[in-house]
Amino acid sequence: MKEIRIHGRGGQGSVTAAELLAVAAFEDGKYSQAFPSFGVERRGAPVVAFTRIDDKPIRMRSQVYEPDYVVVQDATLIDVIDVAGGIKKDGLIIINTEKDAGKLKNISAKVMAIDATKIAMDVIGRPIVNTVLLGAFAGATGEIRLESIKKAVGERFSGKIGEKNVAAVDAAYKAMEAHA
Amino acid sequence: MSKLTVVEGSYAVAHAAKVCRPDVIPAYPITPQTHIVEELSKFAANGEIGACEYITVESEFSAISALIGACAAGARTYSATTSQGLALMHEVLFNASGMRLPLVMTVANRAMSAPLSIWNDHQDSIAQRDTGWIQLYAEDPQEAADMTPQVYKICEDNKIMLPAMACFDGFILTHVYEPVVLLEQDLTDEFLPPFAPEHILDPSNPKTFGAFADPGVYSEFRYMQELGMSAALKKIETVADEFNEIYGRYYGGLIDGYYLDDAEIVLVAMGSVIGTIKDVLDELRAEGKKVGLLKIRSFRPFPTDAIRNAVKNAAIIVPLDKSISIGKYEGALCTEIKASLYNTKIDIPVLGYMFGHGGRDIPPERIKKIVSEAEKAIVNGITIESSYVDLREELL
Repeated sequence: MKEIRIHGRGGQGSVTAAELLAVAAFEDGKYSQAFPSFGVERRGAPVVAFTRIDDKPIRMRSQVYEPDYVVVQDATLIDVIDVAGGIKKDGLIIINTEKDAGKLKNISAKVMAIDATKIAMDVIGRPIVNTVLLGAFAGATGEIRLESIKKAVGERFSGKIGEKNVAAVDAAYKAMEAHA
Repeated sequence: MSKLTVVEGSYAVAHAAKVCRPDVIPAYPITPQTHIVEELSKFAANGEIGACEYITVESEFSAISALIGACAAGARTYSATTSQGLALMHEVLFNASGMRLPLVMTVANRAMSAPLSIWNDHQDSIAQRDTGWIQLYAEDPQEAADMTPQVYKICEDNKIMLPAMACFDGFILTHVYEPVVLLEQDLTDEFLPPFAPEHILDPSNPKTFGAFADPGVYSEFRYMQELGMSAALKKIETVADEFNEIYGRYYGGLIDGYYLDDAEIVLVAMGSVIGTIKDVLDELRAEGKKVGLLKIRSFRPFPTDAIRNAVKNAAIIVPLDKSISIGKYEGALCTEIKASLYNTKIDIPVLGYMFGHGGRDIPPERIKKIVSEAEKAIVNGITIESSYVDLREELL
């Protein structure tokens, strides 16, 4: 079983990202589960969402304590909460930041950085990074096929917005694949 | 996996309610039940539930009152609520069961205020234990969805005619996205016959429901409700089998077991923690520990005989409760299990634990800790009969 924890702030679509990961994983022929950390979400407040992916039906209902992967949508969270908490030794943290991954402090696990905000502004025209980071996740981890992520995103958002989000997924995937 | 689709638990349940073809849905939104009634209001507005009337009421008190009126007039009804909303219905819940109206209501289990908590435990439905409603508890979104037509079939039986709560854990199951089979309309039509009550409110054939009962007849009405509950014991089992025949899915009848046959330590639980416990038991069994799980699916009627039979060879029984009776310092399962074993030849220690209240997470390590405490108690005896296992002493 692979466990993913997504950190973001209320309004950044962390819960939606977790759900879309589950949809995409299922599209790949796997079982999946996505759930929020059940907070009273307010815009701007730290939010956590989880996704589990496995080859067999998932029964576990506890929160994720030892994630294989962590996705951080907002680098300012690193000063506020322990985004690397419990990460597995061979785990990976993907952070949306314009800085170099190697220069981030207080994180011992493997870290990859992507300027998702820039991709979102360039491709979607708005600083909404959740779908961008899904593309980055697929590119960096290989856990989910790009086509499945694009299908999940395309089905969730209709029309022009959907097309732009799918294009952003593509751009982020390519950016990460080059570094992975 | 072709029939599976990734949806939110609430959607799976709303869809299940839809294919049961309810005639009237009076509902009032309340977290974490809201997504269920939002989906149903969309279905109704889109004409996807036939001529179903969706009534936007001004409170849960009105919702349950409208349910009673509609059901007494012969309508199949549905609603969903939780926590304070269920508590607001309290006095009317007795009327529904006393009038022998087979209402079906989903309860998205949530803690009770104060302090305010929107998160999961079982205090809300457990507090309604004595209202005369059937109560079943589901372990995952699929079971919660599948339970919906099952409870209609159980409570609309002419020998039963009692209302039912189909309970599933708020947030943990209402808000999870995972692959679920959405109930097929054709299979549901095959499984669940139309509602055909013997007695309805009809101006051309006037009858009185819930009339005045003097001391000469009151107890007999109450006893007849008990007979209805007794009939439900058998019906819950047969309906689970009928469901399995048509849909090919089974979750147990009154109870279910996991590694139960040779278990020395028997954990007893209901709701979403069942899945976590099953994963932990796989691990512990691999280590050679004889631990099993008794899943309580039906809390009312309480399956006393089935439980006695299931636990009679255990060395220790460990009820795990998401509720507390303050002043007794134990949860409902603990109390009921102990009461079920008295006046029998079964003399097995019962070690109760409460956890997961107000949404506190239940990690696998907590289950393992409980099992290790039970192992010690087998050897040393029980010192504390019931306690919180996840109390944060530093906050007291």
